[in-house]
Amino acid sequence: MPDVRFHSVFDIIGPVMVGPSSSHTAGAARIGKVVHDIFGDTPEKITVYLYESFAKTYRGHGTDVAIIGGLLGMAPDDPRLPDSLKIAYDRGITVGFVPKSDKVDHPNTARIVLKKGDRKLEVTGVSIGGGNIQITEINGFKITLSMGTPTYITIHEDVPGMVARVTRIFSENNINIGTMTVTRSAKGEKAIMVLEVDDYQPGILDQLKQLPHMINATYFE
Amino acid sequence: MFYTIKELVEQSADYPSVAAMMVHMEVENTTRSADQIRHLMGKNLDVMVRSVKEGIAGVKSVTGLTGMEAKRMDQYLTAGDFLSGQPILEAVRNAIAVNEVNAKMGLICATPTAGSAGVLAGVLLAVRERLAMTRDQQIDFLFTAGAFGLVIANNAGIAGAEGGCQEEVGSASAMAAAALVCAKGGTVVQAANAVAMTLQNMLGLICDPVAGLVEVPCVKRNALGASQAMISADMALAGLKSVIPVDETIEAMRRVGMQMPSAFKETAEGGLATTPTALKLKQQIFGDR
Repeated sequence: MPDVRFHSVFDIIGPVMVGPSSSHTAGAARIGKVVHDIFGDTPEKITVYLYESFAKTYRGHGTDVAIIGGLLGMAPDDPRLPDSLKIAYDRGITVGFVPKSDKVDHPNTARIVLKKGDRKLEVTGVSIGGGNIQITEINGFKITLSMGTPTYITIHEDVPGMVARVTRIFSENNINIGTMTVTRSAKGEKAIMVLEVDDYQPGILDQLKQLPHMINATYFE
Repeated sequence: MFYTIKELVEQSADYPSVAAMMVHMEVENTTRSADQIRHLMGKNLDVMVRSVKEGIAGVKSVTGLTGMEAKRMDQYLTAGDFLSGQPILEAVRNAIAVNEVNAKMGLICATPTAGSAGVLAGVLLAVRERLAMTRDQQIDFLFTAGAFGLVIANNAGIAGAEGGCQEEVGSASAMAAAALVCAKGGTVVQAANAVAMTLQNMLGLICDPVAGLVEVPCVKRNALGASQAMISADMALAGLKSVIPVDETIEAMRRVGMQMPSAFKETAEGGLATTPTALKLKQQIFGDR
């Protein structure tokens, strides 16, 4: 069996998107959107580090425009996408792009750093073709987050009992957790949990969000 | 699920068609019903049709580098004095149309990518009336293409940055050839042969976008993909067979992609992208920014 990166027929036929490049525009917008959803807030400052093909051709493909559109919550078929830089400027968000010459694992890689007050989120995403993406790192921790698997991501205060409270919700709803990653930037700082589960159930996200010390919870599939 | 074309061919024997098998697998792997899945594919079809029409009416790209040539091709077709056949030229015109819309940041459906989006839509719209295809049959066409495309994507790739244009327009053309064979009433084995012959003709195709833009040579590469798909489908339907098996061909494409220098993988550092004219165009479009 090969390394199965594409699971759905809609990974091949789709997405419907604003051009010109599925990997450099739609994939970039999707990476931005995932980071936006994880952060759960409008950042004050966005810094985007671009690697290899992303670094060399981002202007021509609108990769910069697409990532910022995603970070503002736009989907790849959002007609406002071409105007995202102006929209970010109008909202007073500081935006910076840094093309890097470092070698990385995948040619289409972006590292996005968001800041608001004392909150900081750093996510690395790769665009693997046809608009499909993977998230490979959150706040310096290696993870594998492939779109297509039901996944919950929580950002919460780093206090005792959070893992138990979160997993109890899944257990009470009879949902099996396939994989789980718990990370934090430093002791007592904000912590992140990534949970891949076997089934989606509406309502779980609200329960997660209502937990004490929870800052944000998101669901992807 | 099928992970090779051989498995796809074998498993499809248990279903009325490759498309029916693909829908079934999609139901198994998601929380969606068959009706919802077909409905979603129908929406993709609608976007494809709109993008072809928009392009033929005439569009110009954001940079001005490409555009208005699908319209020109349409006028040439209407005049009726041409060398190759009507269906191929219609597929070529349609493919150019979609990629001109893509280059102006218009709405398209990636199949499998945006840079190669013209191929599948292009051939489908060139044959759907000739083959008297119903809407359901057109949706099936897309599921068939997607099934073959999934195998190619998982065993090689579909990103120009990973494996060059062979994996983008090459994959698109191979998927389209397979779907054409099935739509015309050919066998799944014939469709597999069409995939093999297409990829073999596309092997080694580099990704060298001028100024890093998905315009030159991408727009006209889609014309190549569409016409090759039609030719491969006809060859397969005539009973021509590929000497090298299709799964070995896909593996060869993966290896070629790996061995291809990064200058030819969507970095705009080689091929057409570094010709004097391309460098001048890049300077004109982006200046010293």
